[in-house]
Amino acid sequence: MAGIEVTALHKRYPDGTVAVDHVDLSIGDGELFVMLGPSGCGKTTTLRAIAGLERQTTGDIRIGDTLVNDLPPAERDIAMVFQFYALYPHLKTRDNLAFPLRAEGLPKSEVHERVDEAARLMRLGPLLDRRPHRLSGGEQQRVALARALVRRPRAFLMDEPLTNLDAELRADMRTEIKHLQGELGTTMVYVTHDQVEAMSLGHRIAILNKGRVEQIGTPLEVYDRPASLFCAAFIGSPPMNLIEVDVADGKLRSQGGLVLAPPPSVPRGRRLVAGVRPEALEVTEPGAERSVPARVVSAEWLGDEIIYVVDHGGRRDVRVRMPPTVRFAADAPVGLRHTGGTPAVYDVSTEELVA
Amino acid sequence: MAVSVDEAASTGPVRDHTPPARRLGGRGRSVLEVALLTVLAVVMLFPVLWMIETSIKENRDVYAIPAKFFDFKVTLDHFKDVFAASGGGRSTLSVSFLNSVVVAGVSTVLATVLGVPAAWAYSRFSVKAKKDQLFFILSTRFMPPVVVVIPIFLMYRQAGLIDTKLGLILIYAAFNVPFTIWMMKGFVDEVPAEYEDAAMLDGYTRLQAFWRFTLPLLLPGIAATAVFALIFSWNEFVFAIFLTSSDNVRTAPPAIAGLIGGTTVDWGLVAAASVVFALPVLVFAYLVRKHLIAGVTLGAVRR
Repeated sequence: MAGIEVTALHKRYPDGTVAVDHVDLSIGDGELFVMLGPSGCGKTTTLRAIAGLERQTTGDIRIGDTLVNDLPPAERDIAMVFQFYALYPHLKTRDNLAFPLRAEGLPKSEVHERVDEAARLMRLGPLLDRRPHRLSGGEQQRVALARALVRRPRAFLMDEPLTNLDAELRADMRTEIKHLQGELGTTMVYVTHDQVEAMSLGHRIAILNKGRVEQIGTPLEVYDRPASLFCAAFIGSPPMNLIEVDVADGKLRSQGGLVLAPPPSVPRGRRLVAGVRPEALEVTEPGAERSVPARVVSAEWLGDEIIYVVDHGGRRDVRVRMPPTVRFAADAPVGLRHTGGTPAVYDVSTEELVA
Repeated sequence: MAVSVDEAASTGPVRDHTPPARRLGGRGRSVLEVALLTVLAVVMLFPVLWMIETSIKENRDVYAIPAKFFDFKVTLDHFKDVFAASGGGRSTLSVSFLNSVVVAGVSTVLATVLGVPAAWAYSRFSVKAKKDQLFFILSTRFMPPVVVVIPIFLMYRQAGLIDTKLGLILIYAAFNVPFTIWMMKGFVDEVPAEYEDAAMLDGYTRLQAFWRFTLPLLLPGIAATAVFALIFSWNEFVFAIFLTSSDNVRTAPPAIAGLIGGTTVDWGLVAAASVVFALPVLVFAYLVRKHLIAGVTLGAVRR
């Protein structure tokens, strides 16, 4: 087991596109580290560089104390699970699991022992004598996971391993992976574009965009104080409301008159945007205390909650998350009130968090 | 022929469960279709049938006027003449058939051995100006061979490759490599690169990963591509007639063509040689017909 240290990683393809732009990551020993971002953000390239499947243009990668820049994938002592499971089609489950061990040249008895152990851990007993094409997607992915852990590598690399599974199975496998990682205590780098997966799995999350790291933090940090407008718009469903605000008598005021509690220090003379989560707002009866007049534009009834889209005279409509018991008709006049703490404030021109 | 058309049309409505209003149209169309296809089939197949018939007729019947379609004596003498010389020993035709086998076989193997790894490389690696390179490779197939045959002739004369089997093998391989690269690239694209990634993480080098995991999955594609290359080399006429002249180097197409043009033409022998020449291609195409279709339609449907 080992931590992974990525320093100024840069990857430029021959056609000139920059996939990874001077990325620094410091992944702790035993950590479940998630790289999250839209497609083309460089997360998979970074992972493949750590695996050694892709050679970085510049920058260093250390696994444990070893500088692995020039080591081929096989000598980095890591295991990888792919989105497409990449089980060898001509081998039975048992042989797929034994394959990396035989490649290492382990004695037969130990191969047998380790395969049995991995099979027990991933509950593959009845599947051991089947070939991949006779396994369902979920079963194939469990075999792929078992093949990764049978080697007892220093780190697991996961490249969107759940993307090809249907929603229900994905939730199950998510739990299983998290449990497994906790049990084994092996460092895991997990790449996904699914924020729910990232939030529920990661000890820490790195949000990548256009080859750069936008933010690294725990799921709560990332959710509460997104480090940039990109992160603010990427995390959360529905995403943060980005409300243009002015500073007036020590308060933040939107164009519609909504007043937000101000952070300790707000820079002056810049165009600012406040990021307000939908659950930090409240739709009230018109004229309620501290509320501004507003109008319901539309309502999404989701069963366990209602998402109101509300126009309060600001430049953009805001989304408000309400319990299903609070019901207003579309077009009804209502009040809008801020109930949360101090919002995150961003500079419009730099798109970065300023307060 | 008329009988079979009526039969096909009359069996139509029995299986046809479409509503009555459309049935008439459907039936009318199917009669027309069958009639047209029959005409087409006769036009296409008659020369082939006539060739086969001529190859088993005695010379008297070959030249009979009016032509004899059914009522003739069957003989295999012409086929014997294809392989055996009249004075005993091997005929020159049989030598040229052997040459064809060697030239087509070796050039196909050469094109496959060079083309498949190239296709794999173009599919897997990011190569500078990949699209331009691939287009350039393809562009060598744009012009008809006859355009380059004279420059090739001059170069071959300098290099001492005129009238050698090696010369033919090289030129056929050169023509088949671009084709092999393009067709195989499609097949390689279909095999997920993750197999190789996984094998490399499991302790194999990239070449071992290709050899042990990708190549076995490519075998059907290689078979189809090789058959196409084989058929091209086997049938090739222009280069063969320009670049070879002696009997012990010439391949079958110019040798068969050479049978025509004397004072008398032994049509029975020409027909028999043609049948022998056509058979291997038909057999090969039949054996890999599934893969041939896969090769032709590849890329029409994306994953």
